[in-house]
Amino acid sequence: MSLFINIPEDKEPLPSLKTGRGKLLWIASTDHKQLGIMYLWLALFFFVIGGLEAMAIRAQLAFPDNDLISPELYNQIFTMHGTTMIFLVLMPAMVGLATYLIPLMIGANEMAFPRLNAFSLWMTCLGGMLLYFSFFAGGAPNAGWFNYAPLSENNYSSTNGVDYFLVGLILTGIGSIGAGLNFITTILTLRSPDIKLNMLPLFVWMMLVNAFLMLAAFPLLNAGLFMMLIDRQFDAHFFIPSTGGSAILWQHFFWAFGHPEVYILALPAFGIISEVIPVFSRKPIYGYKFVASSSVAIGLLSYSVWAHHMFSVGLSNAVNGFFAISSMLIGIPTGLKVINWVGTMHKGSISLSIPMLFAIAFLVDFTFGGLSGISFAIVPIDWQLTDTYYLVAHLHYVFLGGSLFGIFAGIYYWFPKISGRMLSPKLGKWHFWLFVLGFNLTFFLQHILGILGMPRRIYTYPDLPYWKVLNIFSSIGAIFMFIGMAIFFWNIYKTLKKPRTAVANPWDAWTLEWSTPSPPELKNFDEIPQVHSRRPLWDLNNPDNPDKKLN
Amino acid sequence: MHRDKGKLLMIFFIFSETFFFIALIIAYVYYRNFSDATDTVAKHLDAFRAGIFTLFLIASSFTLLFSKKALLKKKYTNFKLWMALTILFGLVFMLGQVTEYIGLYQKQITLEKDIFGSSFFTLTGFHGLHVILGIIALGILFAMSFGKLKKVAFSGINGVDIYWHFVDIVWLFVFYFVYITPLL
Repeated sequence: MSLFINIPEDKEPLPSLKTGRGKLLWIASTDHKQLGIMYLWLALFFFVIGGLEAMAIRAQLAFPDNDLISPELYNQIFTMHGTTMIFLVLMPAMVGLATYLIPLMIGANEMAFPRLNAFSLWMTCLGGMLLYFSFFAGGAPNAGWFNYAPLSENNYSSTNGVDYFLVGLILTGIGSIGAGLNFITTILTLRSPDIKLNMLPLFVWMMLVNAFLMLAAFPLLNAGLFMMLIDRQFDAHFFIPSTGGSAILWQHFFWAFGHPEVYILALPAFGIISEVIPVFSRKPIYGYKFVASSSVAIGLLSYSVWAHHMFSVGLSNAVNGFFAISSMLIGIPTGLKVINWVGTMHKGSISLSIPMLFAIAFLVDFTFGGLSGISFAIVPIDWQLTDTYYLVAHLHYVFLGGSLFGIFAGIYYWFPKISGRMLSPKLGKWHFWLFVLGFNLTFFLQHILGILGMPRRIYTYPDLPYWKVLNIFSSIGAIFMFIGMAIFFWNIYKTLKKPRTAVANPWDAWTLEWSTPSPPELKNFDEIPQVHSRRPLWDLNNPDNPDKKLN
Repeated sequence: MHRDKGKLLMIFFIFSETFFFIALIIAYVYYRNFSDATDTVAKHLDAFRAGIFTLFLIASSFTLLFSKKALLKKKYTNFKLWMALTILFGLVFMLGQVTEYIGLYQKQITLEKDIFGSSFFTLTGFHGLHVILGIIALGILFAMSFGKLKKVAFSGINGVDIYWHFVDIVWLFVFYFVYITPLL
């Protein structure tokens, strides 16, 4: 007896916004492709806002003793920049790509719970709107993206900004948990019967591990957020040391979420890279099983490293030592993955398309960010450099050089599938070079600034030796990135005006999503495709030289 | 593949919820054992009284098991009886919690009194909210069994029962850490 009724979907294109009911058909949609596209637009929308905030920060810091932005506003802007980029840009972009691609990659027609899928999207959207509503309600949150107590408590943050931060993040957290639940159940129950777990595309593998991380990390954050909200709204005492609470407990809760969150944002990028590099090197991935299983190791280890964010708190030497060692340990499975990707490229016939360019930039810059991360695992170095621009540089190398470059690679790679049109490679090259060079200019110099002692989160600085010149070049790099992004948006705008001409499989790729037309119709697959190996389309196109049969 | 995805969803959902409650319990234990303050709430708690209401919640898990068995055997009258009993036990537990709250507030022990008031009411309050949500879910299943939606009740009970047992088990931990450990 079937307990669930499958609602048949029509063989027709996704609804157009221009028709009368088009907008309603999007807002009310439960189709995973439409929801995935809306996630991506949401991320793009907030990327514009978060990017403008970053430009404001760099404009203020370009010159010493600058008074372009007041200290109060500066605190709000850097808080909102960090919160926006992590919770409203990187998260929805990753979740959006996964929502769009997971069913297509595993031969399914829908996610396991389509309504939950829509619920997750709109919760994330509502959380973002509430967060930004704070600007109209007396002031944005201003205690940094990790919102340390007691600074974030009533005595020190008297506007309602932090309350909006708490409620907004609780909602996006609920949305993320919903998305994680959906990913796991979809991958476990809706795979085409041919596909065994060791045949899943690596992007799907990474999202499976990632979904578990989301399910375990966000409740910790939400518990902390609720406690702080109760502190602020009902005068409780959780994180207020002067009345018996504990400020350090907030740090523990936040980073027990926060460090897995770093991997939640990195693993999908690993997945994207593991799809892009083999296709553009014309070789299967080197060490499939290792890439898949080392992500499980990363997932587990990521829960034992959080206190390396707290070395300067004054925990005991034994605690610091433990977290220093575990932090170095997690570098091993991550670092070995780089060898997998380089090994895939080795002796491959590499074509330098835009997705591949971003994948290579990812390899270089993410490795660099990983190395500066290892340097932070050494406790005395952390004591010297924490809360300086060295840390700002490190985290941007991980989040931009890692997560964002991965997302860019994914967007250029899957854009023809999603929209039916190829992004212009000429404009893409401009975007790539301007953004990557600008990024390295901006943030490489910040390592030096940090070593010279420039603290983060200050709205201006005196004219000390080298600070001025390094900061002005850092801001010039930001202008490069700004122009690069403008070209990217122009590219998307121009491309979306063109007719749909992309063929089903423009990159000659091997995973199932490329067997559907570009863009796929409302119903993904008429019949479930036959899959016998990790590269079903390779087998289809090379019947005399198929991959090893795995089922 | 015809796995019960609803059941799977609920298993992973309570996996996630576990971390939420672990965080709340850690806060309570942390303040009691790792701060200088002495627990001001514990001495006003009546572990015996709470223990009796705990028995009602445990019993409700068993009655739910019986009602599910009856439903699978299509003995609808038995299902309704056991389900009504489950909901009743859940309500008795909530009644116990509400009267306990009223008693504490009359003794000036409130959320904003001190850190132990904060963590006691937050932890038991969030658990109470979960019980209320469970009662609503059970109530929907109960109401549906009077109509023609019996088939939905089948798929529903597979998730709801896991959730209810989870709420029950969480309470055992809360009961141990909040009511029992101060006595030891």
